[in-house]
Amino acid sequence: MSAGQATLAVFGGISAILLAASLIGFALAHRFAESPVVGNLNARIKAWWVMVALIGLAFALGKAGVITLFAIASFAALREFLTLTRTRRGDHLALAAAFFVVLPLQYYLIWIEWYGLYSILIPVYVFLLLPVVAALRGDTAQFMRRIAEVQWGLMISVYCVSHVPALLTLPIPGFEHRKLLLIAFLILVVQSSDVLQYVWGKLLGRRQIAPSLSPSKTVEGFVGGVASATLLGAALWWITPFSPWQAAIMALVINVMGFCGGLVMSAIKRDRGVKDWGQMIEGHGGMLDRLDSVIFAAPIFFHLTRYWWTV
Amino acid sequence: MIAKLFAIAVTIFARIVTGVRGEWRGCLPEARQRIYFANHTSHGDFVLIWTVLPAALRRCTRPVAAADYWRQGRLRRFIGEKVFDAVLIDRDAAARQADPIEILLAALDRGASLIFFPEGTRNTTGQRLLPFRGGLYRLASARPQVELVPVWIDNLNRVLPKGEIVPLPLLCTVTFGTPVSVAPGEESGPFRERSRDALLALAPAVEDEE
Repeated sequence: MSAGQATLAVFGGISAILLAASLIGFALAHRFAESPVVGNLNARIKAWWVMVALIGLAFALGKAGVITLFAIASFAALREFLTLTRTRRGDHLALAAAFFVVLPLQYYLIWIEWYGLYSILIPVYVFLLLPVVAALRGDTAQFMRRIAEVQWGLMISVYCVSHVPALLTLPIPGFEHRKLLLIAFLILVVQSSDVLQYVWGKLLGRRQIAPSLSPSKTVEGFVGGVASATLLGAALWWITPFSPWQAAIMALVINVMGFCGGLVMSAIKRDRGVKDWGQMIEGHGGMLDRLDSVIFAAPIFFHLTRYWWTV
Repeated sequence: MIAKLFAIAVTIFARIVTGVRGEWRGCLPEARQRIYFANHTSHGDFVLIWTVLPAALRRCTRPVAAADYWRQGRLRRFIGEKVFDAVLIDRDAAARQADPIEILLAALDRGASLIFFPEGTRNTTGQRLLPFRGGLYRLASARPQVELVPVWIDNLNRVLPKGEIVPLPLLCTVTFGTPVSVAPGEESGPFRERSRDALLALAPAVEDEE
């Protein structure tokens, strides 16, 4: 199967599933017109259509489209994150640099495929230089907390997110024209793990994993969701450079990382006293609410693939 | 025509930069005469309120602004008078000819709703909200039928603090609270306290003050 055929097959499959979900949602809305749960479900399904269409459009435009899409996602995520941080006037210049210098530069480096720099730009250069910009403003109140929060925001919203399009820069022998499918694999497996954890949790959920963080995360949901999404990953081995077993292990790793992402980002939301990061996507909350699992999975997936499958 | 297009452009720009969202917590966006009283930290404050109002309400809602600022230069004059149809008042008590309250009452009597900043000036201190001046009480007692809606504008002071040039694209929210009114026989002082508390109640909780 060629890369084009495989991509079509993947998007065809997703569309079929969404179509089925839409029909079920429509039927449920007909029967339980007043139910807020059904309303939320339909809002989510609608948002999924939009997201799949956007990713499809980005894929059709190739590397430029994918990098642009994730740069925009990073921008939306960073503004949600920094909105909830407790920065002061003295941070203004550093924050402006984060939005208008660091973010575009990171994606430009991915565009020119300069692995040696994009993999250390934020953890090394920005880590050392941004606090200098803030320090020169002379406001020392809460200094350590302020610079730590800004650095964390950049790592989560820009560095980690940018590892999704960075998959396109990996030189995998015999896989040169199929790298978009690697992105499809990552997003599809991690996002379906989110959905399946929710479904399993609703069906069988009894024991809560972290009641103080998120009442909806249960042991049953976690095990069932991760296991079924891992099976899905194994079944998708044919779009990856992995064998079925390797695809299963990769899927397991990114599903567990995705779960951890949801947990950590929930802890931050709890600390800041909000339920969602934003109100950008109806039914889903903000960009970070949708991306939290991908954010934690992407860099690990990138480095494991790079370590074992590239030359 | 140009002013109308300009107004649309300004609201789109405000939406892109601040992602502003209106939250009608204590009342609904209804077509009734109101005074929206809000905290004031930036020249963009009334633009944000204006942006989140439905178009039909926007047309009859006029911001109250300082004449000394908005009459300076042709661009500001155009924006103030033509685009936002601001009710301009003189802050300098010694030099002014008309009582600002009379001007505002006249605007109310022509059916307009007002966007009003009862702190009287932009708050550039670290405090969340300055003490209210007497204007809101005088307007409210003279026109008791007009609804007084507290409006908290959150985060705009971080988007563009005084003296900075580059705006940060942080998310702003505009929260509309439950209307307040002057109780029978209530004096100015207690009313100012009470209306100020109603506005502060809409602000998100913070654990540290400057």
